[in-house]
Formats: sequence, structure tokens, C-alpha cells
Amino acid sequence: MIDKQVTSLADAMAGITDGSVVLVGGFGQVGHPMALIDALIEQGAKDLTIVCNNAGVGRSGLPRLMKLGRVRKIVCSYPRTAAVFSELYAAGQLELEITPQGTLAERIRAGGAGIGGFYTRTGAGTLLAQGKETRSIDGKDYVFETPLRGDVALIEAWEADRFGNLTYRGSGRNFNPVMVTAAALSIVQVQRVVEAGTIVPEAVVTPGLFVNRVVEVPYAPPFAAIEY
Amino acid sequence: MRAAADRMVGPELAARKLIAGRVARDIPEGWNVNLGIGIPTLVADLVPEGREVMFQSENGILGMGPAPEGEVDPWLVNAGKQNVTLRPGASLFDHALSFAMIRGGHIDLCVLGALEVSERGDLANWSTSSNDTAPAVGGAMDLAVGAKRIWIAMDHTTKQGASKLVEQCSYPLTAAGCVKRIYTNLATIDVTERGFEVIELIGGTTFETVQTHTAAKLHRGKGLV
Repeated sequence: MIDKQVTSLADAMAGITDGSVVLVGGFGQVGHPMALIDALIEQGAKDLTIVCNNAGVGRSGLPRLMKLGRVRKIVCSYPRTAAVFSELYAAGQLELEITPQGTLAERIRAGGAGIGGFYTRTGAGTLLAQGKETRSIDGKDYVFETPLRGDVALIEAWEADRFGNLTYRGSGRNFNPVMVTAAALSIVQVQRVVEAGTIVPEAVVTPGLFVNRVVEVPYAPPFAAIEY
Repeated sequence: MRAAADRMVGPELAARKLIAGRVARDIPEGWNVNLGIGIPTLVADLVPEGREVMFQSENGILGMGPAPEGEVDPWLVNAGKQNVTLRPGASLFDHALSFAMIRGGHIDLCVLGALEVSERGDLANWSTSSNDTAPAVGGAMDLAVGAKRIWIAMDHTTKQGASKLVEQCSYPLTAAGCVKRIYTNLATIDVTERGFEVIELIGGTTFETVQTHTAAKLHRGKGLV
């Protein structure tokens, strides 16, 4: 019987090695897998490259992982959300690859879809195109961007079944369905695991083949409205 | 973490609402519109009653509504991570599709804030130096090249009084030649082949006064006396 559910967060983290590239879903706190990040902190892997739209908020989650010195590099569109990031970056203790948000999503999509890179007008003629190939297509400048894959993806979804089929809630999709396609090991935290056959096939957003492990973490809603 | 618009109070907020209200007035029914953080965020609530405009948020919402009154759905946030609602006809999607909408020319209008706009329509709005201590670009570069048109909603000058309309941007560019129109507290200005063209003067301001506060040559638009 296919069953991707694991019973503990520790089991969910098994096998993550030092030096891993970890894709972390979410936009701000929504769809951001806080329980999995806490479990990664417990698990101990270090020298990590984190790919995430933001650098987390406040002191827990990604900022704590960074503060503990476990992150070598962050690939990010808007890292300024966490004071810890700014401190470490200013001190030269964290490498940053700043990537426009749409380019970040598309690089991951390409990584998951077997595409060897793409040309985009985003960033052409700016600082972020420096060192990248630029070519003119139909009279407009396009920048070449490479695909991005992870050793691990950590994402949050709403519901899952034992096959790993996923649904999302509200604006909680964001990077999650894309990231889960682009990692060797995709680990999903969900609010609830439901009986196989409960999720209407037409409503499945992420088909189960992209998912390796599901862990049920019923937790409080994201705290988007809370001020830090 | 709150967007800048949220922290504004009293006269500052009122002044910014006046700018945002003029932008809202000029958005036709049926457009799909993305709003940046700051003054642009205020536009959504100021669209005239009965006019249907679809607001897109790059984190995966089309048909976004105003901030919730009463019950909050914590899973619904806008690009500034503030809680929002959905309007009838809304849809939800992932980042890859959202930026396909944005880069693919499917968004009729994006309203952004700016640090500087040049007379050729170059936009600088993401970084104040090439040695930024903590650079952050978000979706600004994708929106600037991808939306059908870029309008800027901003104060005409910095708090120190320096013009934000310039001959050439001194800050790092977000995108070249993308800005079509600028709404400031002094005027509405189109970016045309001949440069900045004033099409509307605000609150009894004269053309000459606006020119005094602008570090580039202004032209009189058609219909401006």
C-alpha cells in the first residue's frame, strides 16, 4: 500500500545531509512550513543553502536557523523581512543571491519541469543582470536564467491523502506547488490528512507523485496580521 | 510587519489618498490591476462605486477585495502581507502562474511607488545604492517589464525636497523605459517621446511651480492652459 504519511517530524527530516539545498515554501508566513523548519533545526543539518521568497519573520523559523549559523547561503527575492538576515549579511556571515520574485518562481518551475533555463526580460539592463548572458529577441533584451533544484523541499499544504495529493488554502499556494516539483526529497506539512478518495481528483493541486513525505501538523493559523 | 501605507496617519494619509484617488478615477472598468506597496495599495478602496476592476496580488490572487471587517481569514494576504478578502469572481493560483500573468502582458496596469523616474520612463524603486546593505527586489522588476502599462503614484519630491522626477536615475534601475504616467501631489504627468508632459495640475498649482520642483524639463500637455 502506498502511504507517504510519516508519524513524526523527526521521521520527516530523516536523511537530510549537510550542504543540502533546501527549497522552503511560503509567502511571508502564509504557506510557510514553520513546523518543518523547527524540525530541521532539531535535526541538525548545516552548511545549508535556503531558497525562499523571504528570510522569515521575527526570531523563530528561518531567522533562528540562520542565527544558529546553519545557513551558508540564501536565495531570495525579498530577504529584508528579518532583522537577523540583515545583521548576518552585513557581517559577511551569509551569502545572498537576490533574484526577482517571478524569476525565482520560474527558475524553480524550470528545475522541476526539466527545462535547462530560460530568457526573461525581467532584470535586463539592471544590476541583477550583471554576469548573465543577455540576448535580443524581437528587438528586446532578455536575460538568461538557470534552473534551480533542491535536494529537499519543505512546504505547507492544507489537506493531503496517503498518496501525497495536496490541496492548498487561500493564498497559501504561492511557491509551494512549484517547489514540490523541483526537489529530490519533498516533505509536506499539512493541516490534516484525509482518507484516500476524499479529495476530489479535479480539486487536487499537487498530484501525489511529487510528494515523498507527508506529516500532519494541525497548528494555529499563520500570524500575518501580527506586528513584530 | 506592516506596509508603509498602514503606518500613515492624519494629514500624510489624507494627502496620499488624494493621489491614490486620482489613480483610481482613471482605471477603466474591466482592467486587471496589480498594486504595489505604499500609496498604490490605497488605490483599491478608492475605485468609484459600481466600477468592476480585478485586483491581482502577485502571491496568487485575482479578484482581491479590501481588508477584512470583522472575521479575518489568516490564509489570505496581499503582497504586503496584510490580510485581505476575496471578491465574487476571485481565483487563487501559484507563483509560476501569477508571474506568467505578470510577465506575459496579461495585467493591464501596475501601479508602483518610485524613488526616481527619468524623463525616458526609467524606473528606480528597489535599491538606494549598488552597495545596498540588504538588497530586496521582490516582484518589482517582473511587474515593471511585464505589465501592459506602469503608472507611478508618489510624492513629487523626497522629504528633503529633492525632485523624484529626474533627467537620469541615480539609483539602480528596476527597469528601463517602462513608466507611462506619474501621479504626484502636484501634477499628473505622462512620459512621452518628448519627455515629461504635464496633463493635470493639482489644487491650484501652476505649471511654473511644478517645474520649480522638478529636476527635468516639463512640457505642457494638450488641454493644459
